Amino acid sequence: MADRILPISGTLHGAESRRGAALEWLHTWVVTVDHKKLGLLYVVYAIFFLLVAGAEAMAIRIQLAFPHNHFVSAETYNEFFTMHGTTMVFLVGMPILFGFANYLVPLMIGARDMAFPRLNAFSFWLTALGGLFLYFSFIGGFGLYGMGSAPDVGWFAYAPLTAKAFTPGHNTDYWALALIVSGFGTLGTAINIIATTLSMRCRGMTLFRMPLFVWLFLVVSGLTLVTITPLTAAQAMLLIDRYLGGHFFDAQAGGSPIVWIHFFWIFGHPEVYVLVLPAFAIANEIIPVFSRKAIFGYPAMVAASVGIGFVSLTVWAHHMFTVGMTAVGNSFFVLSTMVVGIPTGIKIFNWLATLWGGRIRFATPMLFSIGFLFQFLLAGLTGIMLSVAPWNWQLHNTYFVIAHFHYVLVGAIVFCIFAAIYYWYPKATGKMLSETLGKWHFWLFVIGFHITFDTMHFVGLLGMPRSIYTYEPDRGWNTLNLVISIGGFIQAIAVLIFAWNLIYSYVRGKEAGNDPWDAWTLEWSTPSPPPSYNFAVEPVVRSRRPLWDLKHPQDPDWKYER
Amino acid sequence: MSSIPIFADEAWRLPSRGRVGMLSLIIGESAIFTIFVVAYVYYIGRSAYGPTPRILEIPIFNTVCLLSSSLTIWLAERAIEHAFIRRFAAWWALTMLLGIVFLAGTAAEWRRLIFQDGLTISTNLFGTTFYSLVGLHATHVVVGLAMLSLVMLFTLLGRVNPGHAERIQVLSLYWHFVDAVWVVVFTVVYIVGR
Amino acid sequence: MTCGSRVRTYLSLLSKWARPGADPSLCIGSESAQGLPSTDGIANRDRKLSTMRSQRSGSSIRARLTCAFCALGSAFYASAQGPKAIPSILAPASTPANEIYGLSLFVLLITGSIFVVVAGLLAYATIRFRVRESDGLNEPPQVYGSTQVELAWTVIPVLIVVVLFLTTARIIFAVQNAPKPRSALDVTVVGHQFWWEFRYPSLGIVTANELHVPVSTKDDPRPTYLRLLSADVDHSFWVPQLGGKTDLIPNHPNEMWIDPQQPGLYLGQCAQFCGIEHAKMLIRIYADTPREFEAWVNKQQRAGAQDAWVAQGRRVLETEACMNCHTIVGTAAKGTFGPDLTHLASRATIAAGAAANTPANLRAWIHDPDTIKPGALMPAMQLSDEQNAELVAYLSTLH
Repeated sequence: MADRILPISGTLHGAESRRGAALEWLHTWVVTVDHKKLGLLYVVYAIFFLLVAGAEAMAIRIQLAFPHNHFVSAETYNEFFTMHGTTMVFLVGMPILFGFANYLVPLMIGARDMAFPRLNAFSFWLTALGGLFLYFSFIGGFGLYGMGSAPDVGWFAYAPLTAKAFTPGHNTDYWALALIVSGFGTLGTAINIIATTLSMRCRGMTLFRMPLFVWLFLVVSGLTLVTITPLTAAQAMLLIDRYLGGHFFDAQAGGSPIVWIHFFWIFGHPEVYVLVLPAFAIANEIIPVFSRKAIFGYPAMVAASVGIGFVSLTVWAHHMFTVGMTAVGNSFFVLSTMVVGIPTGIKIFNWLATLWGGRIRFATPMLFSIGFLFQFLLAGLTGIMLSVAPWNWQLHNTYFVIAHFHYVLVGAIVFCIFAAIYYWYPKATGKMLSETLGKWHFWLFVIGFHITFDTMHFVGLLGMPRSIYTYEPDRGWNTLNLVISIGGFIQAIAVLIFAWNLIYSYVRGKEAGNDPWDAWTLEWSTPSPPPSYNFAVEPVVRSRRPLWDLKHPQDPDWKYER
Repeated sequence: MSSIPIFADEAWRLPSRGRVGMLSLIIGESAIFTIFVVAYVYYIGRSAYGPTPRILEIPIFNTVCLLSSSLTIWLAERAIEHAFIRRFAAWWALTMLLGIVFLAGTAAEWRRLIFQDGLTISTNLFGTTFYSLVGLHATHVVVGLAMLSLVMLFTLLGRVNPGHAERIQVLSLYWHFVDAVWVVVFTVVYIVGR
Repeated sequence: MTCGSRVRTYLSLLSKWARPGADPSLCIGSESAQGLPSTDGIANRDRKLSTMRSQRSGSSIRARLTCAFCALGSAFYASAQGPKAIPSILAPASTPANEIYGLSLFVLLITGSIFVVVAGLLAYATIRFRVRESDGLNEPPQVYGSTQVELAWTVIPVLIVVVLFLTTARIIFAVQNAPKPRSALDVTVVGHQFWWEFRYPSLGIVTANELHVPVSTKDDPRPTYLRLLSADVDHSFWVPQLGGKTDLIPNHPNEMWIDPQQPGLYLGQCAQFCGIEHAKMLIRIYADTPREFEAWVNKQQRAGAQDAWVAQGRRVLETEACMNCHTIVGTAAKGTFGPDLTHLASRATIAAGAAANTPANLRAWIHDPDTIKPGALMPAMQLSDEQNAELVAYLSTLH
């Protein structure tokens, strides 16, 4: 705990003011290259944007609670749903998950920092700059009241709607620029994680003794390298079209809007695996500890994760079943999408088998993990439904799809993020989060989640498409939409309780100690929070659960692992 | 493998982080190039109007220069490994020269295309895809040259020693990548596309 | 075949299947010609079951279950006959929609079973393996894996995927590559921001937003083949009861077909975000009986009405900017940027369904389209109230 600059330095120097100490504290955070601080910066940054994008979602739901509502104009609504999606994916999902990786990967492999600390810092600040660009768009153009030039073309920004002819303002430009900039940041972090994982493991930690958390981030980072870059390329093409008179997506010059759709989803589909694999990473650490058992089938879990990484690169056109591909083309993508469901299903079975025969403790991290298991199962099954191309011809671009991907993004990923925060907050701050507030958070959130997103499947089945700022009152969607919106408010309250818990526990939380959960990976061997150098002596490990070996010297893991 | 205990004196060798990092960057960049190549290939013959690839002249000299620069940079790597700093500086400078010649040749080609044949990035689909792809590659050559000149500067200041051999190798990886991309771009644009 | 008789055949086949010693060839798979999914795997299992059953007497559980399923199924089919106010994909009224619906039930059955099994195991595990006081500080037995179990839960999903994929592929080809009968009606759909242009090339008709198609029956199949083009950005044509959606993409013509079997009005809307008023790009498809359709075609093929008492309004149309964008056959207006108005008064709505077609709405629309559809590409026409009223009087005669 010696790495915090305490305000005492002010009094020691006599003339130093409190303002000077505060500035020094701020300066530490701005210039830091410590992976732990950068990890925390990512997480705080992401939580801020979670609240912003959540507010955008609430505006959307208020507008849709009643047909022909006038809470926001069509233009504003279109900006809000575009910004909500873009923010949640690029300014919440990616940063918070890479933030966890930043914090935990070096600790879990017994290293002192990431491979390239300065690149790490640079990557964070690039991401932050991207966020600034994106939100500056609200005040560019006509300013806040007219909602400025925020992008309003959907987070997928299909050509030719984004061509200068159809979107003359700067909305699309802010979108493209923000994502290109933050994309380079993400690329830097991915390179860092790969280099750290491959080159900086402590003695004895072979690849097959790494925590699954680290394995999954290795796969995620590899996937990111070939996922973000196609988006960067496509956005460069878009900007060339808009500013240099290019014709990439210009139908009249022989170009094709379908090329944009392909390129976008070549990015877009692996991107959702970049978002969901870290959720698996988190579940892989929490479920065993709270079941008091080793993860079932570690080698299969590794194989499944790598398999998912590779197969996810072949499924992108299942977002394009309605675009007019041939029957053969459609069939191929049906098959590849169903195939990627196999290793994913295997992972669910492995988690179930980990629970089986265990001694399950229902602390808040585990509550969220069980919620994750249930919801991810449902999300995977609606994914299979969507992979059936003919059914997809009905369900595509409806609220059924929105329900499916929110089931994954919120029901699986956000649940795992909450679980991770409850689990590792003690390590990062030295304080436990309140279990009482945690349980309120969990139950309110899970109830609100199901009210909203279970209902949403049905309104999609009844023919309601997405991206519409209002709907006709005589189509039978009114009550369902109102129910969906109410669930949204319940989730909002739950998230506010969570935010309060974070702040309150930092001040008044119970002392955590090194290892409050009786866990088995290396990060729990350091003080909470860890010193800036992580480990005084580089650890040497002989199995996948080094702390289990230490706690059970008569019955160490390395006798049993295969 | 996990049943064999690790003893303290046993070698624990991990790949160098510089190399892993550079290889990861190369994979990412390859993905960007792949997208531009795919766009180029898909759009071959689809320009609704305007000049066609027939107006392109195969840049043999340029290609020879760039590919030879891979050889010269490799020779530079060997030189610094064996502590021949002056030889290293010579080969390094030659590499840079070949790179600059390549860029100059590209500039000359583009001048001819723009002012004689009337092909710009906005003329037609061919123009757009040609200048984007070749331009993206040229940008990478420029960035590479910038890095090479930094090293040249440090060498001339006498700050480079055989201990830096590994970092030189990592940088050379990037240069080899740029050359390999040129092989692909050259094939796609000047051979297949014509 | 009407829905009713199809239900009866379905029921009789199922009851045959339910009886002990049933003929295994009378399995659901033989119904594939009627668009129900092939289920050969189930047939083989049934053969085993039915032989087993015939060796036991008095077992009627399967029969009772089958009857229950039939009742449910027939309830579905009975309610899925004609057009509904709710444009639900669960109420198919056309062959492509029916094929999709049948496939979706099969998929739902499989995924539903998976859910019941896995969620059941999850629920059981969380309850049965809770930590208890009696456990103390002991750790449970550590199980690192099991090759047999892991192999089993790899193989079973692979088999499920094979079945699902083959069933799906069959329907993909059945719908996409369905042979086009000679009696098919061709319609060209052009998507605009934010309205639909419908052209009938063989009939010489051009209209907008409200499509009339003939009803198609088994004895007299007249499917409508839609050729989908776009004048500006991406759109998607979706009428849930009649079929899946297909996108309209510039420079990429697409094709889809529908064959509504019951007359009436089917609702849909654009399903690909196309700009500010995407939400109000609605579709109305009127499936007409043969006589109704013929009458409609005849009326549409005539030139616009030329009533003398609204001549002033017609003059407004021809002298103001209206004719730059709109066509009214028989007048000087030959613009193509906006919808064809030759038979505007025959439509139930204006502005692609954004408002009912009443004189008041027409006046409001012409005065300032942003009052009905803010962001629509039609400008406010800057007409005086008098001119507006005359124009609306004229337009109201264009039946």
